[in-house]
Amino acid sequence: MSESVLKIRDLRVTFNTQLGELRAVRGVDVDVTPGEILGVVGESGSGKSVSFLAAMGLLPKSATITGSVELDGVELIGAGRKAIRSVRGKSLAMVFQDPLSALNPVHRVGDQIVEMIQSHQDMNTHDAEKKAVELLEIVGIPQPDERALQYPHEFSGGMRQRVVIAMAIANNPKVLIADEPTTALDVTVQAQILEVIQRVQQTFGTAVVLITHDLGVIARVADSVNVMYAGRNVESGSVQSIFDHPSHPYTRGLLSSLPHEGIERLHPIAGFPPNMLAPPSGCGFAPRCQHAIEACSAELPSLSSFEDLLTSCIRADELRVGRRS
Amino acid sequence: MFRFALRRSAWAIPTLLLVTFLVYIALRMGTDPLASYMRSNPRATRSKIAQYKELNGLGSNYVTGYFSWLQNFVTFNWPNSIKGSREVWPELKDAIANSARLGIAATTVGVSIGLTIGIFAALRPGGKRDVAVNTAAFVGISIPPYISAILLQLLFAVYWSKWFGNTLFPTSGVYPPGQDGFDLVLMLKHMALPTFVVAIQVIAVYSRYMRSSLLDVLNSDYMRTARSKGLSEFRILMRHGVRNALIPVITIAALDIGAIVGGLIITENIFDYPGTGKYFLSAFGNGDFPLLMPLMVIIVASVLLFNLLADISYAILDPRIRLD
Amino acid sequence: MQFLIRGFVLTNTVIPAMSPRQMAWRRFAGHKAALVCSAILGLLVLAVVLSPLTTRYGVNESVKAPPNSYLPPSKLAWLGTDDIGRDLYSRLIYGTRVSLLIGLFSAFISVFVGCVVGAVAGFRGGRFDDVIMRVTDLFLAFPFLVALLVVRNMFGSIGWLTFIVGEVSSLRFIIFLLSFFGWMGVARIVRGQVLALKEREFIEAARASGASRSYIIKRHLIPNSIGPIMVALTFSVVGAISGEATLSFFGYGPQPGAGATSLGLLVGQAKGAVQTGFWWIALFPCLVLVIISLCINFIGDALRDATDPRMDAGK
Repeated sequence: MSESVLKIRDLRVTFNTQLGELRAVRGVDVDVTPGEILGVVGESGSGKSVSFLAAMGLLPKSATITGSVELDGVELIGAGRKAIRSVRGKSLAMVFQDPLSALNPVHRVGDQIVEMIQSHQDMNTHDAEKKAVELLEIVGIPQPDERALQYPHEFSGGMRQRVVIAMAIANNPKVLIADEPTTALDVTVQAQILEVIQRVQQTFGTAVVLITHDLGVIARVADSVNVMYAGRNVESGSVQSIFDHPSHPYTRGLLSSLPHEGIERLHPIAGFPPNMLAPPSGCGFAPRCQHAIEACSAELPSLSSFEDLLTSCIRADELRVGRRS
Repeated sequence: MFRFALRRSAWAIPTLLLVTFLVYIALRMGTDPLASYMRSNPRATRSKIAQYKELNGLGSNYVTGYFSWLQNFVTFNWPNSIKGSREVWPELKDAIANSARLGIAATTVGVSIGLTIGIFAALRPGGKRDVAVNTAAFVGISIPPYISAILLQLLFAVYWSKWFGNTLFPTSGVYPPGQDGFDLVLMLKHMALPTFVVAIQVIAVYSRYMRSSLLDVLNSDYMRTARSKGLSEFRILMRHGVRNALIPVITIAALDIGAIVGGLIITENIFDYPGTGKYFLSAFGNGDFPLLMPLMVIIVASVLLFNLLADISYAILDPRIRLD
Repeated sequence: MQFLIRGFVLTNTVIPAMSPRQMAWRRFAGHKAALVCSAILGLLVLAVVLSPLTTRYGVNESVKAPPNSYLPPSKLAWLGTDDIGRDLYSRLIYGTRVSLLIGLFSAFISVFVGCVVGAVAGFRGGRFDDVIMRVTDLFLAFPFLVALLVVRNMFGSIGWLTFIVGEVSSLRFIIFLLSFFGWMGVARIVRGQVLALKEREFIEAARASGASRSYIIKRHLIPNSIGPIMVALTFSVVGAISGEATLSFFGYGPQPGAGATSLGLLVGQAKGAVQTGFWWIALFPCLVLVIISLCINFIGDALRDATDPRMDAGK
């Protein structure tokens, strides 16, 4: 395996809230291979966004972050402000969920991209503006030179998200983190945005972390997958393996709750997500899991190899069901 | 952009006419111009009275009366004040200059201090700075200008000289009586207290608005995007934070002009500062119609003007509403 | 349920449920300043309500035989005496009573009228809304004192109006005048709230189930606007009290007969005190007025924070 461009080890994020300590991320490891698309899937509250916001240093001060986040060998957790600022927007960039609120409504779109360029590259405004137009063209915006002069509210949702992506790749980052980039968009537009992301990966060799709750998105573009639940990784592997023979009951539950051919009734996963102010001891999924035994709630399971996957289910072997039906 | 400004300004003239018409009716009903004239000039001859009625448009009905007043007004054929038949314009001109000076000084000082304080408070909400600013602003709002004016007058006019033997800040007039010609230092000294009193109100209001507006903006997603670009904190604050936070503050600013003018009126009265405010109150007390109408026109015009300016700056600052 | 931690939303955390009213109470109680102010205000109101138990002399009663004018604070008269020897302390209490009554009455009238107009304007929209907004905008943009004086005299000259409401210097008239200005601010607040609520789904659902407009206004819009309405009420009270004080200061306020006084009138006498150096005449009435304004302002602000739906799920 080639050296990971983004290496996260034992990341823990705790929020200090009025109602107590909220343990959003409880020991997460991530490896991002250069040039690959890593899908991170989980429901709301699983800690998937928080993990990567922590890596970017974009969490509020009430968050306590421990662990290690290495970008190309440089440690980000605890690094000084200047160090972090030189990484953000340059080697590590982020695309957010709602493109309308992510863009400043009072500045022109082109200017916002130019700002991104000029904060990390020594380029005069004229050249930066030309580069901005080029970027808009790469992400597929028609008449980029005219549209660069427009304001965010003059774009449709999908176009706006393209603008955000153009802004993010302006300085050719090594890793692009896309936090639910398609969730706020129409289904037809979703496919287009995913295609743009793929194009970016292929053209520039950018590694992409695609955070989503939508398995369809993962199936479409991801190379490998991390499944998160209750602030921890529960399963990880290549996208084919995960979809073909998932080993963790949660992943299996996710996959079988999708509508597919031949199904007459939908099978949601019973129960509710856990309270992260007082997370369950042991496996986070145990309270909802139909295969749980006492040992499951006894102590926090860690990821271990199982066939060609990494899984945290201690009963993976016993529960082996074979190929997915 | 230009078209937008033009369209908005087009509304101003008819509104001005309409409002002055309403003011004309209100004053004519409320201050009984004829009776006040008779009171001040008990031995006026019949022709003088007729002339007074004519020049002030006090004809039989309100509509024609208004138009005849309007005609006289715009042709600068202004009737004289009922008090000693003094001409209105020369004194009014000076009064306007004095008030403008005071208003501009107070607004400049107040707005710049207020906005800055508001920004500092918003940066650490709930912190000691924030609480201090909030409380001070509250106190500022709760003390009406006439009270702060009185208390300051008390302090400086009576006690300061008693304790320190000299007058640091004079408490009346633009110049000491008998002053001839222009003396900047003296003028500033005389302006100090009134400016301070009006500025208190301005600071209190603007610091709170800036604080809450900036807090809102700081919680927006595009602030997070700006931070993810790796920009410096200062740049993020100014170009993204304050820039956006100014928009609602400007809207308030227009409506606030009325309050500032009101504060001016009160302050001028207490500090015996010869501005339009002082004139208004004395004219109102006398029922001096010929003096009141031009004053009201000025007040109405400035309110409408500032509303217009605020509308236009709002459009400049926020491109979203230019789709008008 | 969603958490808002300084701009960062965490979702799907299960928290014990509290009704919105309980949450609002909790937040209000968290405002220490507001609690202190409520206490102070409560004490003041108590002192006023329990008069004449709390006063030492009648409102028009001399403290002792002459010489009794302009006595500085002493055991005889805690806050000193005025120009004809009346106890300032007692007069302050009686005066505050009058001003508080004026404030409360006009605030309630303002809020009532303002709610109705604001709700209808916001809900119906259209020309009615436009016109109302333009008019109130204009009025509110004017210097308060100027508008107040001009309108006061105009109303005062309308015969049938003074017949109903009372003469220009009566208490009823001043309440009417202050309400006339007060409802506009309330109407704008209520209208804003209605506009925001109008788009919410539960209103659509009510319409879809056939509810009439007035029913929707009465049963859905107004109860959901209680927060802003209460805030508007508090600010109306303080606005009315300040308005009365401003008018009285310049001599255009109410003149309750028989030696009675109002807080504004007492503050108005402060003018003369500056020249004469009788500081208690100026200081104490001003202090009381400022304390009342401050406390009500603080409480109103805390109420506004407490009922701000920003903590609720809203993404």
